[in-house]
Amino acid sequence: MDRQGNTYTFLYASVMVIVVAAILAFLSQSLKPIQTKNAEVAKKIDILKSVNIESTAKDAEAKYEKFIGDNAYVINKKGERLDAVAFNVDLAKELKKSDAERGYPVYECKLEDGSTKYILPVRGKGLWGPIWGYVSLNEDKNTVYGATFGHKGETPGLGAEIEKEAFQKPFVGKTIFEGDKLVSIEVTKAGQSEGNIHAVDGISGGTITSRGVQAMLQDCLSGYESFLKN
Amino acid sequence: MSSEKEPLFSAKNLKLITTPLGTQNPITIQVLGICSALAVTAKLEPAIVMAISVTFVTVFANLVISLLRNTIPARIRIIVQLVIVAALVIIVDQVLQAFAYEVSKQLSVFVGLIITNCIIMGRLEAFALGNKPWPSVLDGIGNGAGYGMILIIVAFFRELFGSGTLTLPGLGTLQIIPQFMYDLGYVNNGFMILPPMALVVVGIIIWVQRSRNKELLES
Repeated sequence: MDRQGNTYTFLYASVMVIVVAAILAFLSQSLKPIQTKNAEVAKKIDILKSVNIESTAKDAEAKYEKFIGDNAYVINKKGERLDAVAFNVDLAKELKKSDAERGYPVYECKLEDGSTKYILPVRGKGLWGPIWGYVSLNEDKNTVYGATFGHKGETPGLGAEIEKEAFQKPFVGKTIFEGDKLVSIEVTKAGQSEGNIHAVDGISGGTITSRGVQAMLQDCLSGYESFLKN
Repeated sequence: MSSEKEPLFSAKNLKLITTPLGTQNPITIQVLGICSALAVTAKLEPAIVMAISVTFVTVFANLVISLLRNTIPARIRIIVQLVIVAALVIIVDQVLQAFAYEVSKQLSVFVGLIITNCIIMGRLEAFALGNKPWPSVLDGIGNGAGYGMILIIVAFFRELFGSGTLTLPGLGTLQIIPQFMYDLGYVNNGFMILPPMALVVVGIIIWVQRSRNKELLES
């Protein structure tokens, strides 16, 4: 056949694409279970980190089982429990639904000293993309016990500092209620949060990401308001 | 045409591996693939994984293109090359996600961007389309290694001076600068972690290489 002709070129391209597609589809399907597992383990490490339990890919499963296990549930805005598995709830998808249909996952963590912590996932927008995190509250459902944040692509050295301990540590001990009112936690300009029980320092040069964290906490925690008041 | 078979590692073939490490280095001499060299060299581990991934892609893309070189219609040869490179890159990405999840998160978009790494398309066009499979494989190894070598050197210095640590696959993060140095007032150079410093380090490597080998100087 004429190697430079149209027929040959079309046939060549078609066969090549089909062969390549088949190989990739097969590979993707056979690696899928391992990849899903990895993502789940990464999520468990994040959840545990919000209650100051350090874990690695190796022991995250066991620690999650020990401290949280099946003690997780989904609630709606009114604070009623829904029939869903908390771990499988994708907050990014939930936030796109209307208020009434939204489900909010709650993880209850029993620590070794017998106290219970409530872990609430949060998700919002930073400067370049999504930011997310887990906030854990003491039994009073008011005082922050720990917080951890992650981001997709904030600027290294500036907005990306939200995943560093220096930013997360000051959240500990802050309270989210002023009397009966949910005030969440304000992220102020660096150095201006001193003495304020409802505020932490933001990041100099990471203003938009800092504001994103504040808005994220405000928005997501307000969904838990009824649950937290009970 | 001589019927005599060329030995697998003849001097000519070995040269295919050694020249990209030195006088034909893809990064320092040809100045290709700079973008990823800047992006993934803040820590040693992602740099090593990136080096292995790029070498894998250059070797197999060179091999496949060289095997197909007499069948590829000239008019769509770039598309054929792209499809094969893209397929190999997706394989690398999927395998990393399954077996090196943490690293794949750190490399994030840069694995996908191996497709656009000029070294790979450059070698396919310049070498694999006109040479037999075995020399093409060697050429792929050489260029992948030449790229990876620079990546690892840059990452070594950036992580050492930027974070005071070295992160090796399987060993985790090793603290290299001892604590008493910090107690004495030593401070990590945060600028080393930012991309501009990678460019400076690459520049220093180019400088050292050219001052040692006068043949490389352009008049």
